[in-house]
Amino acid sequence: MSILHTVNKSPFEKSSVGSCLAHALEGSSILFYEDAVYAVLKGASIEPLVAGFDGVKLYALGADLKARGITDDKMIDGIEIVDYAGFVDLSAEHDKVQAWV
Amino acid sequence: MAIEVDGKSYEVDEEGYLVNLDDWVPGIANVMSAEDDLELGDEHWDIINFLREYYQEYQIAPAVRVLTKAVGKKLGKEKGNSKYLYALFPYGPGKQACRYAGLPKPTGCI
Amino acid sequence: MSEDIKKFMYVNRRAPHGTIYAWESLEVVLIGAAFDQDVSVAFFDDGVYQLLKNQDTSDIETKNFSPTYAALGDYDVTKLYVEQESLEERGLTIDDLMDLKWEDEDEDWAEKDSIRVVSRAELSSVLDQQDVIFSF
Repeated sequence: MSILHTVNKSPFEKSSVGSCLAHALEGSSILFYEDAVYAVLKGASIEPLVAGFDGVKLYALGADLKARGITDDKMIDGIEIVDYAGFVDLSAEHDKVQAWV
Repeated sequence: MAIEVDGKSYEVDEEGYLVNLDDWVPGIANVMSAEDDLELGDEHWDIINFLREYYQEYQIAPAVRVLTKAVGKKLGKEKGNSKYLYALFPYGPGKQACRYAGLPKPTGCI
Repeated sequence: MSEDIKKFMYVNRRAPHGTIYAWESLEVVLIGAAFDQDVSVAFFDDGVYQLLKNQDTSDIETKNFSPTYAALGDYDVTKLYVEQESLEERGLTIDDLMDLKWEDEDEDWAEKDSIRVVSRAELSSVLDQQDVIFSF
């Protein structure tokens, strides 16, 4: 049973990102969008938490990265950028969606 | 609400400001000013074009004192005063010229 | 008149775009600038994200107000305090922020930096010196 976790809150303002990372099991995916895309910035204090995953695929929504000035060179390696259609595909590919609102 | 310019209709808000900034064509300024019984000359257009450039760069319509200072710097000291600008736009350079330029009401306009 | 000048500080602790706070704050700063007070603006916690370079909201179809920060100098808002610790926690340095300048009329329009990166301790004492604080 695979879960797509979606998070949209800043990792520094709410516990959503931290809790999501703590609950994601192997085989699941995490999509960061809206203010949660700040979680992908390289060199941040939460980087070890975000980058330390095996078996969990990480995605970020491109439109939200662009809006916030997070360019590719500022991102933690291994995070895949998706567009809105990709967001829909991910939702369809997984058995269920857990939204960390 | 809407105004007619060259057979085309443009949506404006209740205060007469253009709703979609990107819709703007110079003819809109001509129609709006004609309604105010004002004929636009080169000096008016300098201000209108300046306002449009300011908006492009900063995404806001400048307050009158900001406009005054900036016009003085760009178009010459003799033009950078409210007397000159009010003579061109008697209803207020901020509100009237911004409206002709298709901009929203100036930020910081009180 | 001069004895009526108060120290006003606007406090920004929220990220832009996800909520309306950042833009609301910026509008209030611009409107408040008409009152000839001693204005400064603080950016800490997630507020530092507001000043990042290269923000482009065209794909999320909201107003791109990030260029508006560059107009603050025209409004005589020239003191933007950014907290060093907040930048560090987020993996950022001053080089990741917009290069915001103001022109000093008294020095033949010399360009000066608007952003002042300060420590948490320094920011706390700047906050302490204010007469009025507006929080966003």
